[in-house]
Amino acid sequence: MIAAARFGSWERRVLRDALVVGLVTGAYGVSFGAVAVAAGLAVWQTSALSLFMFTGASQFAFAAEVAAGGSLGSAAATAVLLGSRNAFYGVRLAPLIAPRGWRRVAAAQVTLDESAAMSFGEREPDAARLAFWATGISVFVFWNLATLAGALSSQLVADPRDLGLDAAGPAAFVALLAPRLRAGRPRLAACVCGAVALSVFAFVPAGVPVLLAAVAAVALGLARSRPGTKGGVA
Amino acid sequence: MTTAILLASAGCFLVKLLGYSLPGAWLRNRRVQAVAELLPPGLLATLILTGTFATGGGLAVDARAAGLAAAVAAQLARAPFIVVVVAGAAVTAAVRALG
Repeated sequence: MIAAARFGSWERRVLRDALVVGLVTGAYGVSFGAVAVAAGLAVWQTSALSLFMFTGASQFAFAAEVAAGGSLGSAAATAVLLGSRNAFYGVRLAPLIAPRGWRRVAAAQVTLDESAAMSFGEREPDAARLAFWATGISVFVFWNLATLAGALSSQLVADPRDLGLDAAGPAAFVALLAPRLRAGRPRLAACVCGAVALSVFAFVPAGVPVLLAAVAAVALGLARSRPGTKGGVA
Repeated sequence: MTTAILLASAGCFLVKLLGYSLPGAWLRNRRVQAVAELLPPGLLATLILTGTFATGGGLAVDARAAGLAAAVAAQLARAPFIVVVVAGAAVTAAVRALG
């Protein structure tokens, strides 16, 4: 009886949460738009990143590498490496969503931190499916609108450095990094990779320090994954 | 630039699609998971340091370092994402205007 009386209420709750997450995430989109234009990207290139790349940390990293004068190849490689976590969301979502045809393409594109987290937070499969799609689409819409707004307003500023926009990227990375530093191994990786990048910085072209840091992270991961221990369990 | 944007976007999309396409066991591999756990924090830490201290030809401590300190302080105070970003930018801009 309770179930019958409450019919429809979980859908409303899931949709409302998805809307809120989309709006909140949209705020990052404004800062991405501003940072990317400050890095030297055109407004349409900035929007293209939000439409097609559509994974926040990778987009910020791409803009940061461009701003630092790194090669476009290393900017692209950094973006893809940072996006690698999305593959692991797909593994967990695949049996639940089981997308086919164009839905498979759409599901892959809206697979990101927010949609995965909202879906994993639901117990019932129907609610988890709705949470994934609703959150993914909501974030996609608001992220893209916000990116355009941020890019257009950044364009009005004569020198983005006057607003400190070149420091907005590192600040965004601080916020993205902090939740990952609770466990010991990620903390060690952050220190080792940072030290590697800084120590080679004066001797190699821009962009290369980040790629060497990625190599260090891979080596550290392989070295620390001893037989008998389970990776990913913090 | 446009080519790089499209290639990087295609790469990021393929990585997302990979999760739905590869046998789950492959990505549940212990080594793959260990690497995947360490790549984001390693890269983010590196991007923070290079974005803050890199100049055209080397490393320097300038107004951006003050901005980074402000962002870290905001994050330690559990401020929302947008506040952390604005703190970093605003303090950098203020130090530049004063210097």
